Amino acid sequence: MKKPVSTSSSQTKRAQILRICQRYDNLASALIEVLHDVQEAYGFISEATQREIAGALNITRAEVHGVISFYDDFRTEGAPGTVVRICRGEACQSMGAQGLLAATTNAVKDRARISVEAVYCLGNCALAPAATLNGKLHGRLKGPRLSSLIDEVTK
Amino acid sequence: MSLHKEPDFGTPAKNGAEVALKIDGVEVTVPEGTSVMRAARQIERNIPKLCATDSLEAFGSCRLCLVEIKGARGTPASCTTPVAEGMEVITQSPRLEKLRRGVMELYLSDHPLECLTCAVNGDCELQDVAGAIGVRDVRYGYAGENHFDAIHADPVDLSNPYFQFEASKCIVCSRCVRACDEVQGTLALSVQGRGFASKISAGLLSEEFFTSECVSCGACVAACPTATLTESALVAHGAPTRSVQTTCAYCGVGCSFRAELQGDEVIRMIPTKSGKANEGHSCVKGRFAFGYATHRDRITTPMVREKTTDPWRKVSWQEAIDFAAARLKSIVTEHGKEAIGGITSSRCTNEEVYAVQKMIRAAFGSNNVDTCARVCHAPTGYGLKTAFGTSAGTQDFASVEKADVILVIGANPTAAHPVFASRMKQRIRAGAKLIVIDPRRIDLVKSPHIRADYHIPLQPGTNVAVLNAFAHVAATENLLDETFIKERCEEESFADWLAFVREAKNSPEAVAEIVGVEAATLRQAARLFASAENSAIYYGLGVTEHSQGSTTVMAMANLAMATGNIGREGVGVNPLRGQNNVQGSCDMGSFPHEFPGYRSVEDDAVRVSFEEDWGIALSSKPGLRIPGMFDEALAGKYLGIFIQGEDIAQSDPNTKHVTAALEAMECVVVQDLFLNETAAYAHVFLPGTSFLEKDGTFTNAERRINRVRPVMKEKCGMAEWQVASALATAMGYPMTYGSSAQIMDEIARLTPTFARVSHARLDAQGSMQWPVTNAAPNGTPTMHVGEFVRGKGHFVITDFLATEERTSRKFPLILTTGRILSQYNVGAQTRRTQNNRWHDEDVLEIHPHDAEQRGISDGDMISIASRMGNTTLRAELSERMTPGVVYTTFHHPLSGTNVITTDNSDWATNCPEYKVTAVEVKLSNQQSDWQTTHKEIAATHYKTEPAE
Repeated sequence: MKKPVSTSSSQTKRAQILRICQRYDNLASALIEVLHDVQEAYGFISEATQREIAGALNITRAEVHGVISFYDDFRTEGAPGTVVRICRGEACQSMGAQGLLAATTNAVKDRARISVEAVYCLGNCALAPAATLNGKLHGRLKGPRLSSLIDEVTK
Repeated sequence: MSLHKEPDFGTPAKNGAEVALKIDGVEVTVPEGTSVMRAARQIERNIPKLCATDSLEAFGSCRLCLVEIKGARGTPASCTTPVAEGMEVITQSPRLEKLRRGVMELYLSDHPLECLTCAVNGDCELQDVAGAIGVRDVRYGYAGENHFDAIHADPVDLSNPYFQFEASKCIVCSRCVRACDEVQGTLALSVQGRGFASKISAGLLSEEFFTSECVSCGACVAACPTATLTESALVAHGAPTRSVQTTCAYCGVGCSFRAELQGDEVIRMIPTKSGKANEGHSCVKGRFAFGYATHRDRITTPMVREKTTDPWRKVSWQEAIDFAAARLKSIVTEHGKEAIGGITSSRCTNEEVYAVQKMIRAAFGSNNVDTCARVCHAPTGYGLKTAFGTSAGTQDFASVEKADVILVIGANPTAAHPVFASRMKQRIRAGAKLIVIDPRRIDLVKSPHIRADYHIPLQPGTNVAVLNAFAHVAATENLLDETFIKERCEEESFADWLAFVREAKNSPEAVAEIVGVEAATLRQAARLFASAENSAIYYGLGVTEHSQGSTTVMAMANLAMATGNIGREGVGVNPLRGQNNVQGSCDMGSFPHEFPGYRSVEDDAVRVSFEEDWGIALSSKPGLRIPGMFDEALAGKYLGIFIQGEDIAQSDPNTKHVTAALEAMECVVVQDLFLNETAAYAHVFLPGTSFLEKDGTFTNAERRINRVRPVMKEKCGMAEWQVASALATAMGYPMTYGSSAQIMDEIARLTPTFARVSHARLDAQGSMQWPVTNAAPNGTPTMHVGEFVRGKGHFVITDFLATEERTSRKFPLILTTGRILSQYNVGAQTRRTQNNRWHDEDVLEIHPHDAEQRGISDGDMISIASRMGNTTLRAELSERMTPGVVYTTFHHPLSGTNVITTDNSDWATNCPEYKVTAVEVKLSNQQSDWQTTHKEIAATHYKTEPAE
């Protein structure tokens, strides 16, 4: 029944999270802003952190989880490695995004810490097909260009 | 009664001006704001729906309830479309049929087709709607990505003992999520993910229902239109085949339920929307914790024994009654009529309580009758009668929906009165201000979406000082309601009171130190209370169970009158009654100085009316109160007692004093479901009936008389009123009734406030709030409208006097007691259910500072000692506590909480001072002496002779 003894580092982190919530007057309506700031500071939002946020904003854990899980961009565990997001909006689709997605997925399938995801419109239609690589936008990704970009960042 | 289901109108009822429209050519008139769906339901146009239900606001997500409206474009959803004058609606057409079928095909393409083996087969809205829509084929097939086949289905969440969550059957209509929000107010559920990946989720990703914030109220299960959230009992046993409408036997909220059964086995309890106390809502106790009624520990055969150390001998009813009567009569012969008496139970029906007090007054021949309300709400009866003229709360529960400021003092509604707490929380979320006066930071002070505007964490025992300070602020800052006082209250007593509260000693500044709260906080909270349009006071045993319990009740009455907060909706002084029938047992003449209806035994006219009806001379001498019974027993002058459904050896303070008194008696008769703690000291055990076997009425905290109907025969063969009648007859006073309805007729005949009450009228009306008189034939939701029952409101001077129970170097902490959500009172019922999963032992809550000083860590075993005794519990470090104050519950017998509590009591009513005991806490690795003795007694006093 003994609760885990909190270490000083976890106490410091707790204080930082509470400060972030305080920045927004602990308003429940500021949940998304708080989540962005926490992720910015720690790279991801752990369950322990989610509990702290729920307590500070006086909302339920379920509400925090509901919002975090709705958005792909919020992460609940450690650094994701390399993230490739390939646009599957109409313009990119017509320029071969489907094939690009399949080829890229296949190309990295045996490599650790690379994830390939689909997104729906990056707003880069003029330069279709488009993708982001660790958040950076790239266009005109026909042929092997995307694979070489991936190779470059994972070198 | 065959299985009954309440109709579902799809969206909530509205109040507004009448609006006329045509639906399928039929003229309909409904209040403004009503949805087209609800209006259509009134003329039997049951528009298909999945995401709508009338306990929740319209959501508009399932897209099945589409209709055509003349002149409007498209096919709007009827749930989110309000009616309009002259509107013409078509509920069925080839176009609508096609649209609905297309949507339903999509639903079914992701739903397992296993209806015949599904727990809700025959009671499934998805099944019903699919049938009504006429889907014959699903064009998309079932082979695609889905949530139900072996590869995709999530495991069923079986963590909650009472219901299961099977995500593969979910249609993500969000009814459960909305019920948790709009009905219960806990918001433990959310939709996880989005799009096709959407899934209902409790708490965080790693959590399941049991570990989440879920309080197991069952609102989500009630709202689910599929088998996703289903009672485990339904899964195990199958669909119920009959139902009986009845009333919950737990707290004083008095929720209406439909017991659904197969044969005599209760499958589930469904809260009924027509029940005015709960309006379709429930808590974990009422909805799920009924298993104790058929628990193997139930004793269903009468038993007797010569000495309490003998094994119990099972006997016939006749033998048991003759045994008890002979013993009681011989005590009377030797020591006189004053030497015997009894205690009625607030868990029994009005009719049963009435029969027992009649047995004591008429057959035993004295007024030695008291009730367990002595140890809870006796000060309420005394205080409110003195101030207003009636021993009861002033409002109905719905009144809270009109309150602007809610003052909660000495009550923890989310634990003890959860269904009313939900109503209160919804009001607070809608904008009402909240003041909490409580030494603990209870959930209402801060829990998701609820935050008290003021929390006054007072030192236990200083309620009167706080309330006087509130009155002082109102009186000195020109916040009194002069008009109300002038028209409604006594001039003289008000003038005296005004002079008193204006005295500097009652100012927040003067009391701040005693109370332990800053003067500014007291002042601001007082201003908030006194200046609002409607301020309502809700209180519990944290008010009454003090040496100044009655004074506190009168101080609240003073404050309510002085600020004009009485006599209309949204205001009032509202006791939250602990047990299901505390109000009723008090109404039924359970006090030693009062006949039914709170009329003095010394009043000749009243007594003569009972003497004439009962055909026997009655004593005009007020009898003994419970503490008096114990004292007289130890003095050798009170030797026989009949105890109806109450466990005084666990629930009453200073346990060792209680058990010594019981040991000193010659005849202790206990009537109960189980061999309780008190039964260890009994000579006669008469089996009682559970609420599922009773026929009669309970009266809840809002004076609402609700019918209790038997869903099965008495397991012991006799109704409790029959047992009282038989014992009275054996004692020489023939008492015969043909039914409990006849007893209610007698109550109505002899009690003015019940004049128009009868089982037949209750059956027709559903429920009624007393007074039910010729002037108010359908009852009285709000009391003291226009005039107080006593005429003018009476002010009482409420000087603060500190309790004699003081902290010292030896006992530096104050212990206060209470209860928690999953357990109920002494736990006799809830401990025999799966509710133990939430709370399997009583713990001592202690502030981390106090714990640290004593070297105590969370989870350590500690000894807690008072001047009365000591016991050993587990410590739980909690920042809810104010430093200097510790807290525990009394749900488990071995905890021995009341070994520690003292003999101090309320000056007016002897209600025990449970809430203030000076204690010391220290680490301990062994059980207390009392706990060891208790185990020995348990081993020797409960033996039963083997059956012959």
